[in-house]
Amino acid sequence: MSPTAEVNTGLRKTALNAVHRKMGAKMVDFGGWDMPVEYSGLIAEHMAVRTGVGVFDVSHMGDILIRGPQSLPAVQHISMNDASKLQPGQAHYSALLYPEGTFVDDVIVHKLGDNDYLLVINAGTREKDVNWVRQNVREFRCHADNLSDYYTQLAIQGPKAVDVLRKLTNVDLTPIKNYWFTYGTVCGLPNTMIARTGYTGEDGFEIYIPSDEPTSERVWYEVLGAGREFGILPCGLGARNTLRLESKMALYGHEISDTINVWEADLGRYCKMEKGNFIGREALEKAKTAGLKRILVGLEMIERGIGRDSYKVFSEAGGQIGEITSGSPAPFLKKNIALAYVPPEYSQIGTIVLVEVRSQKVKAQVVSTPFYKRPKKEK
Amino acid sequence: MAFPADYRYTKEHEWIKVDGNQATIGITDYAQNSLGDIVFVELPKVGEELTAGKTFGSVESVKAVSELYAPASGKVVAINESLATAPEKINSDAHGSWMLRIQLKDAGEVSKLLSSDDYDKYVKEEGGQ
Repeated sequence: MSPTAEVNTGLRKTALNAVHRKMGAKMVDFGGWDMPVEYSGLIAEHMAVRTGVGVFDVSHMGDILIRGPQSLPAVQHISMNDASKLQPGQAHYSALLYPEGTFVDDVIVHKLGDNDYLLVINAGTREKDVNWVRQNVREFRCHADNLSDYYTQLAIQGPKAVDVLRKLTNVDLTPIKNYWFTYGTVCGLPNTMIARTGYTGEDGFEIYIPSDEPTSERVWYEVLGAGREFGILPCGLGARNTLRLESKMALYGHEISDTINVWEADLGRYCKMEKGNFIGREALEKAKTAGLKRILVGLEMIERGIGRDSYKVFSEAGGQIGEITSGSPAPFLKKNIALAYVPPEYSQIGTIVLVEVRSQKVKAQVVSTPFYKRPKKEK
Repeated sequence: MAFPADYRYTKEHEWIKVDGNQATIGITDYAQNSLGDIVFVELPKVGEELTAGKTFGSVESVKAVSELYAPASGKVVAINESLATAPEKINSDAHGSWMLRIQLKDAGEVSKLLSSDDYDKYVKEEGGQ
């Protein structure tokens, strides 16, 4: 499955790897992938997405196609959101759960047609997800195919994303609502999937194009060319992380994992208990009755200091109450923010907690989330 | 990147520039580049003592924290206050953005540090350039 065959040794590369290197991106090992962490600078890239437009290579994300007459009951069985509510051309946020109600992964489920659902999954969990999905849809008349290597996925994100993409496609983008998708010609490529989705908290699109290097490179440069008048910047995973954190979007291995359940992660609104049985439902029912032991909250540092991933959180009285899952300076908000798990009695907005920043305890406050919400504007 | 020939360097990427029996200390251009956008510098107070090889503060970028190691021992006589409000100066001019000035305890410590040529070789090996 060239050109991005999954091998056991060495880092995996997307079709744009050579382009990232040629453009001077700083590269890092991200979940076994050799990915750009930044180009011109994390803050500049973050601000480009909040105020203009940026483009990300997110081809490391995986894609599983579930196809067959029983694809809907299969998707309903393996994911927590209610896929029966989806129209063709519509997508939603969901998650694959273990019987314990904890996370295999979070996913975007796209309804391509009555018998076809596309699950977009995380890079670091690809094999695990594919194996898990295949195992759990076995009793249904459907196939689960791993299409991950067939697509280069580009995320064009920011308030100007629509203006950039408009120059490259014949599709009328205006009627595409958030979390809907369509197909059309993009950069001369017919039947390209265009989804109004992203991981930045901003308006934007994700396009799925063939993963051969010449096509991937040509489209990458055409997007940059079309975006030049809007100040487009190529963006790396560094900005992707700070953008999703400001918008309180979960990251696998941080806010969600195989030891954290849906209620704790505060993702109950995407979990449709009333839709019927699904993997994890029973445990979640019990967990709900038993009550929460910890819950995800947003913190804002109110004293000098930056709370970071896995820093400990203490009560004002002195005992350790939890841990930060993701923490960083927030480039747009210009505050130091964090997500952390704490017992419910500390989750009230305004509660003061202490974050251990190296040897010092630094004051932080529980704040409402998302930290950042994009301004509403007419289409 | 060029490392000034009249500075000395540590393997932890600090530079020191001797000026009589005092010296200024900062981090190298290689260090700022690998950290990315710097947002916070934590420094000791004037009057505190640094011990060669021991941490004396930290520098934070959006994505990482890095400890600062003293290239030489001595008492802090001044800190660069402007870095508190404009830490990004380190990104734009690492070799010109001193963090603190110390009264050297033993000038001999400095001569044991890396020369600009040796440091240049060291970072090329470390960075695989």
